[in-house]
Amino acid sequence: MSQMNRIAGGQIDRGQTLRFSFDGQAFTGHAGDTLASALLANGVRLMGRSFKYHRPRGPLSAGSEEPNALVELRSGARREPNTRATVTELFAGLEATSQNRWPSLKFDALAINDRLSPFFAAGFYYKTFMWPAAFWEKLYEPLIRRAAGLGTLSREPDPDAYDKGFLHCDLLIIGAGPAGLAAALTAGRAGARVIIADEDFRMGGRLNAETFGINDAPAADWAAQTVADLAQMPNVRLLPRTTIIGAFDHGIYAAVERVSDHLAITPAGKPRQILWRLYARRAILCAGATERPIAFENNDRPGILLAGSLRAYANRWAVAVGTPTAIFTNNDDGLRTARDLIAKGVAVSAVIDTRAGGPKLPGTDHIQGAEVIDTAGRLGLTQITIRDAQGRTRTIPAQALGVSGGWNPNLNISSHHRGRPVWNDALAAFTPGPGGPQGLTAAGAAAGAFSTHAALATGAAEALAALADLGISAAQLDLPKAEDTPTAITPHWYVAAGKGRAWIDQQNDVTVKDVKLAHQENFRSVEHLKRYTTLGMATDQGKTGNMLGLAVMAELTGKTIPETGTTIYRPPYTPVAMGVLAGRSQGADFRPRRLTPSHRWAAEQGAVFVEVGMWLRAQWLPRAGETHWRQSVDREVLVTRNSAGICDVTTLGKIDIQGTDAGLFLDRVYANTFSTLAVGKVRYGLMLREDGMVMDDGTTARLGPNEYVMTTTTANAVPVFRHLEYCRQCLWPDLDVQLISTTEAWAQFSVAGPNARKLLEKLVDQDISDAAFPYMACAEITVCGGLRARLFRISFSGELAYEIAVPTRYGDAMIRELVAAGQEFDAVVYGTEALGVMRVEKGHVAGNELNGQSAALNMGLGKMVSRKKDAIGMVLSQREGMTRDGGLRLVGVKPVDPAKSLTAGSHFLALGAPSTAAHDDGWLTSVVFSPNLGHSIALGYLKNGTARLGERLRTVNLLAGTEVEVEITSPHFIDPEGARLRA
Amino acid sequence: MIINHPLLGPRDAQEFVYFGDAALIARPDGLSEGAEATFHDYLYLRDNPAGDHRELWYHEQGDRSWLVVTRNTLTHDITAVELARDVARHMGRGR
Amino acid sequence: MRYSGFRVIAEALTGHKGWTPAWRDPAPQPAYDYIIVGGGGHGLATAYYLAKEFRQARIAVLERGWIGGGNVGRNTTIIRSNYLLDGNEPFYEFSLKLWEGLEQDFNYNAMVSQRGILNLIHTDAQRDAFTRRGNAMILHGADAQMYTRDQVREMYPFLNFDNARFPIKGGLGQKRGGTVRHDAVAWGYARGADGRGVDIIQNCEVTGFRIEGGRVLGVETSRGYIGAEKIGVAVAGSSSRVMSHAGMRLPMESHVLQAFVSEGLKPLLDGVITFGAGHFYVSQSDKGGLVFGGDIDGYNSYAQRGNLPVVEDVCEGGMALMPMIGRARLLRMWGGVMDMSMDGSPIIDRTEIDGLYFNGGWCYGGFKATPASGWCFAHLLATDTPHPTATAYRFDRFRKGLMIDEKGVGAQPNLH
Repeated sequence: MSQMNRIAGGQIDRGQTLRFSFDGQAFTGHAGDTLASALLANGVRLMGRSFKYHRPRGPLSAGSEEPNALVELRSGARREPNTRATVTELFAGLEATSQNRWPSLKFDALAINDRLSPFFAAGFYYKTFMWPAAFWEKLYEPLIRRAAGLGTLSREPDPDAYDKGFLHCDLLIIGAGPAGLAAALTAGRAGARVIIADEDFRMGGRLNAETFGINDAPAADWAAQTVADLAQMPNVRLLPRTTIIGAFDHGIYAAVERVSDHLAITPAGKPRQILWRLYARRAILCAGATERPIAFENNDRPGILLAGSLRAYANRWAVAVGTPTAIFTNNDDGLRTARDLIAKGVAVSAVIDTRAGGPKLPGTDHIQGAEVIDTAGRLGLTQITIRDAQGRTRTIPAQALGVSGGWNPNLNISSHHRGRPVWNDALAAFTPGPGGPQGLTAAGAAAGAFSTHAALATGAAEALAALADLGISAAQLDLPKAEDTPTAITPHWYVAAGKGRAWIDQQNDVTVKDVKLAHQENFRSVEHLKRYTTLGMATDQGKTGNMLGLAVMAELTGKTIPETGTTIYRPPYTPVAMGVLAGRSQGADFRPRRLTPSHRWAAEQGAVFVEVGMWLRAQWLPRAGETHWRQSVDREVLVTRNSAGICDVTTLGKIDIQGTDAGLFLDRVYANTFSTLAVGKVRYGLMLREDGMVMDDGTTARLGPNEYVMTTTTANAVPVFRHLEYCRQCLWPDLDVQLISTTEAWAQFSVAGPNARKLLEKLVDQDISDAAFPYMACAEITVCGGLRARLFRISFSGELAYEIAVPTRYGDAMIRELVAAGQEFDAVVYGTEALGVMRVEKGHVAGNELNGQSAALNMGLGKMVSRKKDAIGMVLSQREGMTRDGGLRLVGVKPVDPAKSLTAGSHFLALGAPSTAAHDDGWLTSVVFSPNLGHSIALGYLKNGTARLGERLRTVNLLAGTEVEVEITSPHFIDPEGARLRA
Repeated sequence: MIINHPLLGPRDAQEFVYFGDAALIARPDGLSEGAEATFHDYLYLRDNPAGDHRELWYHEQGDRSWLVVTRNTLTHDITAVELARDVARHMGRGR
Repeated sequence: MRYSGFRVIAEALTGHKGWTPAWRDPAPQPAYDYIIVGGGGHGLATAYYLAKEFRQARIAVLERGWIGGGNVGRNTTIIRSNYLLDGNEPFYEFSLKLWEGLEQDFNYNAMVSQRGILNLIHTDAQRDAFTRRGNAMILHGADAQMYTRDQVREMYPFLNFDNARFPIKGGLGQKRGGTVRHDAVAWGYARGADGRGVDIIQNCEVTGFRIEGGRVLGVETSRGYIGAEKIGVAVAGSSSRVMSHAGMRLPMESHVLQAFVSEGLKPLLDGVITFGAGHFYVSQSDKGGLVFGGDIDGYNSYAQRGNLPVVEDVCEGGMALMPMIGRARLLRMWGGVMDMSMDGSPIIDRTEIDGLYFNGGWCYGGFKATPASGWCFAHLLATDTPHPTATAYRFDRFRKGLMIDEKGVGAQPNLH
């Protein structure tokens, strides 16, 4: 029969019938249902299996604290494991599958674990599986791993989109129950910028689940009207389906809004979820309270729910979970559930009240001073066994049992900054303590104000206080009339009876026995208890079980609960999809792309691009007929060395440095001297870190008496600029020097090769003959008949070479002009590979040598470190460990057999020496094939390298099992005298 | 975290780059006697307090100011934000 | 009591009545030969090896809170010995070898699982650096493997190979790397030390040192004065605070590192993977949770909690590398305090005060070092000479310019 457990009333839309399926079976429900309420309405109590013992389980709750009713929602790439049926909004076509069972939910082979449970006591695995040693990884662990885990990921890329956004408000209200709504009304009417967020799809919190009235109207109606009123206020933003997952520093909250999880299909262009980073000047935690169970034997059967949840299913979702129903309580709120059910016509077979005395509840068998000591029903509850005040036991039929052990304030977010909750004896619960996030207060049940009146009153009062703090005046809310029932509870945590198991943490199968064992073995600190038994580590994060475990431990140690400890909560409040935390930063959009000014031109040529930090640079530019990258790179190198080559070097960092102290400043940040550099000249500069290691290198040009242009390596453009600002602002604040990064402002191209000057003369408006513009000259010039440009005669390749810079917007035009001008010389455009080949041939250091672990001395540049002036890094570069003889020195390397190729990262070992660390003499930093020399060449750091020129060694790559005999040479393979670059 | 920039008002700390203890402003004179020992202490040793910490932050995604932020390392509460240049001058640094 | 499968079965059949406390809770004695300050992994391992390998007695471990409550209980459980530099690699390889026999040695199943670790390569420069490193590892007797892109794809077909901002070009592996059940390491050492007579004293905070004439005589604690011949401090996360009681300033800053675990999932990922183009590394625990982390937050902190930008950054890395995890849920996040040293490498050394020894500065690499750190510290305490694999971990390396800087970023702790 369809929806056989549906009763009258509720806040479902009976006009909208929704079809859905669970484990392939078709059902119907209504708009306003959750998956759990719809299944319960259809008489389905069994929804999942527990983690360890594979016990049959149904929902324990009607909210986000749910430990049991976890399903795989949807299918294919959108399959979403471990989804709580209790908060899954029903939609037409919803598809859900049970998980952690085989072959079926009703018959699960691993339920054998339940029979073997004596062997699986807390921590059993720490004591066994050790012999023989190899069996752990080969046998035991694979078996454990296969059984572990709950749901299954699809293994396909998540097809949905996720967004991120920023929101600002005066007052953030976390939770839209009575306290939250009263706070929002107070602040909204005062004109403050208010955000009120609630994890539920229907705002109102507990008001939607109760039968009492507010101002003589049903509470749910008052909530709906209030929400409608708030929606009319332009200064109030309502965020339903939004969970505040964490409180971070200085009033920043993270919120996840589920935009389309409640829809069958994500609408085109919409994200699945949004991560809001919420900046709130003040916040009020109005997150309500969570009911906690009482532990008794076999308290985990499908049909055993928290009493308040049972009430919510009846009142909000019009579902009688089981008939007859029984109630087990230690407080008056459990009686409220019984009253509501009776009023709805649900048969209540008994109310078992742990408290003796007091007025009897009419209309049912109210058994006072009694306990539930056992239950029966393999896949769902059929009966309970009770023991009365006289110690007599009897069984009572029950298809559902509502259990109430009292309520715990949802103080989670108040402890996200590790503030400790405080114990409240009257409530027998922890309430928010000091040390919470600054600017956050709590109201309503989250603060221990459990009655509706108290929730409304504290919500309004906390809003007033927060607004007063902000200097916003607000009117007192005319509090609506509401029930003000006092909390009446006599703590009763677990039933001591029999030999069976009483569950505390249902998902992870932690029982009272496990807590006792932890106590017996001295795992008595709360943290030891949690870690040893796995209490509270499940997907419900211990929302229902932690308090119970703590109470049992307190009793065992003979201490009070607050003496025994407390547990604090960490973000997130409920588990969060990884996708929404990543937002759009995934796949090819993981990080931005920076494109060089010649990118479009290079793409037109079919260039192969390579990631260089955020940049994409042309790696080589293949021509028709070239099938291997080496053909392209060799051609680019040879043509450049024999005629001319062009390369986009825009990615190098460029920093304009101006001021009357610019020269002095450079003397302090460079190891060598710049104040003496003539105007119109360029000098190579070596920059050290304060610890004396080389930070960066580059050239700096003096364009005017008080104007320099520094270049940095591509990788260090940002760190060097930061460092210079640090030096300028923090170390020498009164120097007259100004800095600006111009990396993106200038498109810069290297033009190298014997025909470089002839090529550039076609474009440059001024005389650039060797006499007018010698090696290491620089000038502000014009090109193409008047476009302002900068020209530097510097060379990384070792050829006659220039770097020419034009404003970036002319970069694309400039590469085309250069290529056109180069046609008569058959000039090439070369990429980063050819650039690398030529710099190794020339013996210039680059990224692989500038590894942050090398000093100037290691690079053969020790003489550049002036000791006559106090520059960054000078002092510490002279420490004994960095200047000793025999240290690593940069050398050139070539294979003895030119046919052999070298591998970067190979280590040097003496011929005949064993391959052990004791004989490790250094390594190859950079390896290229030199088309000019016709063999592989390399740079490397070799112990005592400068004294070993001509020596033969072997370079080994033990990862590939290869070795090559090499000869140590000068690092300058081509034109060591520098005749070419001065041509 | 939010840093209340003295010139720009409250900004998300994500716009900034952290450097370390503001004591790094007091760089010794490299040409003085025994500079190697003083530089060792300057560069490598830290108070590393559990409590208020004066520290350098750089507004890289902003106006490029170096700031001295007084922040409690136990609670992350920020009680003062100053321009590092002002602090440096106050400490006697100039040219 | 000796643990065994037989014992587990016997106890299961008799209602688990026979299990005894894993360690005692003794009252502190007036004096000891050795006091280890800090009941974390390193401190407990030090006490264990002092008693077991160096045959020392009259040893106490003083712990401010509950044992194993520091970084040994809040890390991502990875073990490996894939270091580059001579000062580090022999030490971490020694540690890995100790892990390999640890469970039989201390009779506790810490679930040492050598499921392999893979560092992905995304650039040619990375391949060069990893080749250098892999060779250094093999030269030091460790194992290392270089994988091509195709080999990586065969191992982990669900990584992002086709739509990546930074394509995977290969990987450097260490098959002997893996994971360990972190809490069990602390408990196993504690139980082993306790069984050899070590007094483990919880809720006992050291508030000062009694020092006379350049020699330490004992410690002031929240439970009174306790004398000692030798005192070893191993208090990761509190190093500067504790050593300030002895008037020392240390070459380190304390930073927060966040880590994360997802909900339990059916087996997905066998080994440990680190993303080379972002801050993300991941493994899957025996319970099914994906355990992952990234970079430190980057500012000094003792708060044991971090902030949102790093959470987002880590998840961005995760999604960039494994686009299937979008619908897996992050379950828990936590922060640990890392004592970040000035070169990214630790210190195991004597101090200028006679009888006072220090072990710290482990940055975020302390967990994998636990066995060797304990052994080497015990060696130093018992013999007054450094263990051969830990000779470089001295205070004076900064004075001498002998930094052990794996990353090459210099004296800036938050970059290591």
